[in-house]
Amino acid sequence: MSQKVLLSSKEINIILHRLACQLLENHLDFKNTVLIGLQPRGIYLAQRLNDILKSDYGVKHIDLGFLDITFYRDDFRRGDKPLEANKTNINFLVEDKNVVLVDDVLYTGRSIRSALTAIQSFGRPLEIELLTLIDRRFSRHLPIQPNYRGRQVDAINNEKVKVMWKENDGEDTVYLINTTA
Amino acid sequence: MSELSVNHLLGIKYLKEQDIQLIFETADHFKEVINRSIKKVPSLRDITIANVFFENSTRTKLSFELAEKRLSADVINFSAGQSSVKKGETLVDTVNNILSMKVDMVVMRHPNPGAGIFLSKHVKAAIVNAGDGAHEHPTQALLDSYSIREKLGDVAGKNVVIVGDILHSRVALSNIFALKLQGANVKVCGPKTLIPKYIESLGVEVETDLRKALNWCDVANMLRIQNERLDISYFPTTREYTQQFGVNKKLLESLDKEIVIMHPGPINRGVEITSDVADSKQSIILNQVENGVAIRMAVIYLLASKIK
Repeated sequence: MSQKVLLSSKEINIILHRLACQLLENHLDFKNTVLIGLQPRGIYLAQRLNDILKSDYGVKHIDLGFLDITFYRDDFRRGDKPLEANKTNINFLVEDKNVVLVDDVLYTGRSIRSALTAIQSFGRPLEIELLTLIDRRFSRHLPIQPNYRGRQVDAINNEKVKVMWKENDGEDTVYLINTTA
Repeated sequence: MSELSVNHLLGIKYLKEQDIQLIFETADHFKEVINRSIKKVPSLRDITIANVFFENSTRTKLSFELAEKRLSADVINFSAGQSSVKKGETLVDTVNNILSMKVDMVVMRHPNPGAGIFLSKHVKAAIVNAGDGAHEHPTQALLDSYSIREKLGDVAGKNVVIVGDILHSRVALSNIFALKLQGANVKVCGPKTLIPKYIESLGVEVETDLRKALNWCDVANMLRIQNERLDISYFPTTREYTQQFGVNKKLLESLDKEIVIMHPGPINRGVEITSDVADSKQSIILNQVENGVAIRMAVIYLLASKIK
């Protein structure tokens, strides 16, 4: 197994600020927009964007929620390992809101498909957008593309992209891991 | 741990402590789901479940059916009263006939102890015991412990007294197994005639004075006097039972501390507990019912994930 650094802490920070600005451009004061981080690893990115928007760009209030998609996945009973659920924490309705789904890596698109179903349980959104830090090109199983992307990556199938966050993993780094070499 | 150690839920006796914790953690997620405006998840859309009830039930059957539907499973219901069982069909034949219609899981209530265990050895489906005679009623015990955990934070170290007919009660037996497994202290309280002779071998103490028992406990689980199971007279009159083992507001208020009152339902108001106790703030009877759906969703979900 070999790994190389795709993004360093400094690069991640620049990208986060750019993504925050792109969100601001489209959603201004976030009065009618909610950020939904996908469990388990999209929640850190959503939290960071929330913090940057508030501290650096003066947004007063953002509805931030965490969505677990375990019970909506299409591979129940199909994998070797049982699926483990995480906490969903959405204390608001998404009815007629602009929803921005936030996840760390976009790969096959299946998680996002599940999230699109799951979010319906909280109302009918006006519009749903997708933000991902890493977009793995050419590996989609479904017609799903991000509206905001941090970095586009061409990775082959036996490579894995791992996003590490300071609050959970002790460092801000994105690794490309080759599982065969 | 993310997987149950068993393929069927036949009784608490066959579970490990980690199984109970996994069921509780999963139930936490489902409790959040059933409190949404849209209370349904699509997880089990390719699973078919048969609810096979050879004995009357309203609450348990409704609770299971709701749990199954909230998970998007297909559900068929079968009551022995209107079936070929009356014509002499055996249990295995009845269930195998249902299974040939491609059913993946059977939830069964049966008057004979061990019926679920027997079935699990003879048919190819995941079996959930919804009560087998005076043996076990595992989902009731799980939801009882879950309700204690929700109310008091933890089950370990808590003092729980089970009051009433211990002899005929599957709820009592499953509760004793579940509570002991989680490290709670358990006493049983009731007329001597309704307490099994060897109950102490389960690590349970017997207390015949209700006031003493209540002063000792954090939680009192009041069982129903099951008149339909009392083939002979175990106590002189219901009135006398109530005087010795019934809980009323006056008794509750005279205790040294505030205890939690539970009841598996259906309540005989004025027999085991009076109305003002059943409807008081100390009672978590309706929370038990709500938690029943979440617990049954967790059990069904976890068992279904093991069906390949």
